[in-house]
Amino acid sequence: MWDYTDKVKEHFLNPRNVGEIVDADSVGEVGSLACGDALKLFIKLDENKERIVDAKFQTFGCGSAIASSSALTEMVKGKTLDEALEITNQQIADFLGGLPEEKMHCSVMGQEALEVAIAKYRGVEVAVHDHDHVQGEGEIVCKCFGLTDVFLKKVIASNKLHTAEQVTHFTKAGGACGGCIPKIKDLIAEVMGEEKKKPAAERPAKLTNLKKMQLIQETLENEVRPQLWADGGDLELIDIDGSTVQVAFRKACAGCASSGYTAKFVEQKLRELVAEDIVVQEVQG
Amino acid sequence: MKEIYLDNNATTKVDERVFEEMRPYFCELYGNPSSMHFFGGQVQKKVDEARARVAALLGAQPDEIVFTACGTESDNAAIRSALEVFPEKRHVITSRVEHPAVLTQCRNLTKRGYRVTELNVDGAGRLDLKELAAAVDDDTAIVSLMYANNETGVVFPIEEAAAIVKAKGAIFHTDAVQAVGKIPLNMAQSGIDMLSLSGHKLHAPKGVGVLYVRRGTPFRPMLVGGHQERGRRAGTENTASIIAMGKACELAQRHMDEESGRVRQLRDRLERELSAVIPNTRINGGGAERLPNTLSIAMEFVEGEGILLLLSDKGICASSGSACTSGSLEPSHVLRAMGVPFTCAHGSIRFSLSRFTTEAEIDSVIKELPPIIARLREMSPFGREFLKK
Repeated sequence: MWDYTDKVKEHFLNPRNVGEIVDADSVGEVGSLACGDALKLFIKLDENKERIVDAKFQTFGCGSAIASSSALTEMVKGKTLDEALEITNQQIADFLGGLPEEKMHCSVMGQEALEVAIAKYRGVEVAVHDHDHVQGEGEIVCKCFGLTDVFLKKVIASNKLHTAEQVTHFTKAGGACGGCIPKIKDLIAEVMGEEKKKPAAERPAKLTNLKKMQLIQETLENEVRPQLWADGGDLELIDIDGSTVQVAFRKACAGCASSGYTAKFVEQKLRELVAEDIVVQEVQG
Repeated sequence: MKEIYLDNNATTKVDERVFEEMRPYFCELYGNPSSMHFFGGQVQKKVDEARARVAALLGAQPDEIVFTACGTESDNAAIRSALEVFPEKRHVITSRVEHPAVLTQCRNLTKRGYRVTELNVDGAGRLDLKELAAAVDDDTAIVSLMYANNETGVVFPIEEAAAIVKAKGAIFHTDAVQAVGKIPLNMAQSGIDMLSLSGHKLHAPKGVGVLYVRRGTPFRPMLVGGHQERGRRAGTENTASIIAMGKACELAQRHMDEESGRVRQLRDRLERELSAVIPNTRINGGGAERLPNTLSIAMEFVEGEGILLLLSDKGICASSGSACTSGSLEPSHVLRAMGVPFTCAHGSIRFSLSRFTTEAEIDSVIKELPPIIARLREMSPFGREFLKK
C-alpha cells in the first residue's frame, strides 16, 4: 500500500472544488485515458481579470492525482496569474505533506494543467502532450507518453533530478517500454552540464588544511556525486587525513567491478580542482 | 472496522485448524528431522505425513513432492533444472500472461542467449494450442504455462498443452499456484512433469511452497548442500510450515466441492449483480473457463487505485490490474496481452473469494461498489462526458 500522508487521504476522500465552471475564463487539459491519468482545470478570474477567484477540476487518475488536483485548486484561489505561474509541482506536493516519489508525476500534472490554462488565457501556445498528440516545441523523447525534451529538461532542472528512475517518477517518461531511458540519461547529463557551467571552479594556489577539507567536500558534492548518480551509484566521504581521502561507494557503485576505475576518476577530479597530491582510497564502511 | 477480505488470490487467511497443527513445532517439538534421536524422529514422521497429504491432493506419489520456500522458488527451480538437464537446448516457451515468477526468469534468459517464445492469448485470455504446437521444437528445453491466471482466473488447457510438449521431448512445467485447492488435479493421469504450488494461497502460512517432480523426470537442484528432500532441495526443512502445508492440503481436498459449489455461486452472483447495476462494465476473461473464486471486472472511465482506496475505506479488500497501484505506469501485462481496451484497462478490479467468504460480505460489495463508481465517474472528465450521453 502507498504511504500516503493523512492530508493526501483527506483530499482524496473529500476533494475540494470538483466540477466545472460554466463561464470559466480558461480551461487547461492534460493527460488522456490511455496515459492512465488526466486533469481538466477550470479557472475563473475577477472583474479586473487579475486574480483567480475560483477554480474547479475533473480528474481521471489515482488517489494522489485526485488529491493533487484538489490541492492545486485550493492553492491558486486569490492568486494573480503571475503568482499562480510561480507554483511548482514541489509546492503542490508540500501542500499535501509530501507524495511518494513514484507519485510525483501527479503533482507535475497539476502544475502543467495550470500552466496550460494560463497560457491559453493569454493566447500563448504551450507544449501539450498526451498519448496521441504532441503540440508545441521540442522533440519527442518518450513515445509512450508523448513527452518532449523541452518538457523533460524543465522538470529535471526544476526538481534537480539526477537519475532516470526519478524522471520516470516525476513525468512517467520511460515507464512503459523503457526505450527512451538512454535518451533521458543524456538529458540529465545535459541539464547537469548547463548547471555546472555556472560556477567555474578553479584550483586555488595555496590551501590551509581547513580550506582543503572544505574544498574536497564541495568538489565531491558538486562535481563527483552528480556524475555517479547518473549511473545509479553514489559515494560517501569517510575521512580526510592530510592528502589521503577515504571514500566508501554506495548503491550501484558498491561492489561494482569497475569501482577501482571510479576511484581513479574521483582522484582525478580532486587533483584537478583541489590539490595535485591527493590520493583517494576506497574503504568499506 | 471488520475487514471484508476478497483478495484471496494475493494471500489467504491461515485456517485455524492449520495453525493448531503447526503450533507445537516451534517451542515444543522443535527437533531437526534429520537427527538420529527420537526427538528429531517424531518430527520426521510429521513431515512424512505432510508429504503424503500434499501428494494425496495432487493425486501424486509422496516421493514426487519437494518442499520449497515459496511458489516463486518452485518456478525458478523447475526452469533452471530443465536448462541444466538439457544444456544443448536453447529454447524456452512460456506465455505473455504468466506470473512474474516465471516471466521475469524467462525474459532474463534472453540475455543469456536463449530463444524465448511468449505465447499470445485471445481477448478472453485463452491460449491457442496451435500456436504452442508450432512453437515447440527439438531445441525446446522446457515449456512453462500457468494452470490458472492470478488476475483473471482463466484456466489454460494444461493437459492438452502437456501432451503436445511431451511429444516433442521437452519438459512441461505448470505454475499451479492459483489452481491447487480450487479445482481438482490428478497427477496420476497427467502429462505434467513439474508443478508449482504455494502454501499461503490455500490457507497455509507464507514461506512454504512445493515443487511436484514426476518420477523419472531428470532434475538438477538449485540449492545444494544437505541431503534434505532427497537431494533435490538442500536446507533444513521449515518443519512447522511444511506440517501446516500438509494440513492445508488435506482441508483443501475436503472443501473442494464447496469451492466449485458455494464459492462459485457467490462469485457468479457478485458478477451478475455488479454488471447489472453498473453501466459499461466488462468481465475480463468472461468468455473463458475460469477458476470458481475469481472475478476481474473492468469499469470504463475510472482508475483502479481510486476504487480500491474508496473500497478500503469501507473495509473491503480487493486488488486491481491498474498501473497506479503497482507502481508501474502501465496497466497489468495480463490485461494488455488480452487487448482489454484502454478505456477500461485502468479501471479493472479483482475480487477473489475463499471458503471463508460469506453471503453478507458479497451483499456488502454489491451495495458499496456502484456508488463508488458513480462518484469517480462524476469526478472524471471522461466519465462526465459519458454520463452526459
